[in-house]
Amino acid sequence: MVIYGVALLAFCFISGLFLGELLGRLIGIEANLGGVGIAMLLLIGLSAYLKKKILLPPITEKGITFWSAIYIPIVVAMAAKQNVFSALDAGGVALVSGFLAVFISFLLIPFLTKVGKK
Amino acid sequence: MNPLEIMDSILIKNGIITAFLVVGIIIWFSYFLSEKLTNGKFHGSAIAIIISLILAYFGGYLTGGEKGLADIEIFSGLAILGGAMFRDFAIVATAYGVNTSELRRAGKVGVLSLFIGVILSFAVGAIMASLFGYKDPVDITTIGAGTVTFLVGPVTGTALGASSEIMALSIAAGLVKSILVMVATPLMAPYVGLNNPKSAMIFGGLMGTNSGVAAGLAAVDPKLVPYGAMTATFYTGLGCLLAPSVLFLLIRFVH
Repeated sequence: MVIYGVALLAFCFISGLFLGELLGRLIGIEANLGGVGIAMLLLIGLSAYLKKKILLPPITEKGITFWSAIYIPIVVAMAAKQNVFSALDAGGVALVSGFLAVFISFLLIPFLTKVGKK
Repeated sequence: MNPLEIMDSILIKNGIITAFLVVGIIIWFSYFLSEKLTNGKFHGSAIAIIISLILAYFGGYLTGGEKGLADIEIFSGLAILGGAMFRDFAIVATAYGVNTSELRRAGKVGVLSLFIGVILSFAVGAIMASLFGYKDPVDITTIGAGTVTFLVGPVTGTALGASSEIMALSIAAGLVKSILVMVATPLMAPYVGLNNPKSAMIFGGLMGTNSGVAAGLAAVDPKLVPYGAMTATFYTGLGCLLAPSVLFLLIRFVH
């Protein structure tokens, strides 16, 4: 059933956020440390295990792949609710820092990709 | 009662459903433009994100609120659909079917890119702050932290006791970064080799802004999203860890 896939996804999501929050508290910061990443790893691991046991029929998979496909619409909605006005209205420091940080980071991508090759 | 008023109240009452309709129309129109104007070369999703950002600008201009288009009542559902809960839930879903050997292969350089990303953004923000005449190490650190992400700024500012104007400025720096990543990624991707899982992980680690990375990669190739998101998800945490501690001490020392 489709709900099994959605529920599996929800289980991974909640567990991941919980572990991320715990990890953050452990090292004393007030932020979730990698909760979404942990949830992703959980989903990868659990779904591979269930597939091996033939417990993940295509209809269950649909409960996960639907959310994966609805990702772009969600991102478009996210863009529409950004505080673009105050970002552009901000002082020079904010504009220049944001711009330079992004630009330099882009330039570093090819360099770091090469580092990883060695 | 006039039919327009009835429609209005239905749209407002069912905000999230209205949001599905609005997003569907934006995406349809964007793919139409992509096909007609650029022959499909410039991704429909990239155009959709840019249109949404422009709409968000007008939303903020008209209402003076903080949630872009979602501050206009009939579009308020966009704030829920585009909020962190659904965004993160969908990001986790994209991990389904990820190639784990790719993840492992790029793991180390991914971690390296995280540290470089946080420190670099912080340094840029801090240097700019002092060039713009800020003298107090707390102010400089908070603005640097905001350049990391708009979450790290206020967390750091609160920890160090920065003034609310400085916090607002640091949030703005993070916003500029995040929005710029959304817009610039599809334009820059071909020039920096952002077309494979490994460079996507590096990209996620360097940029770190969850919304920027999520939207940027969606507009390049949705298959790359989970790789970028995987590293980006550790970025804010790492920033909150480094900025008010090691990086603040460093700024105070340099000063």
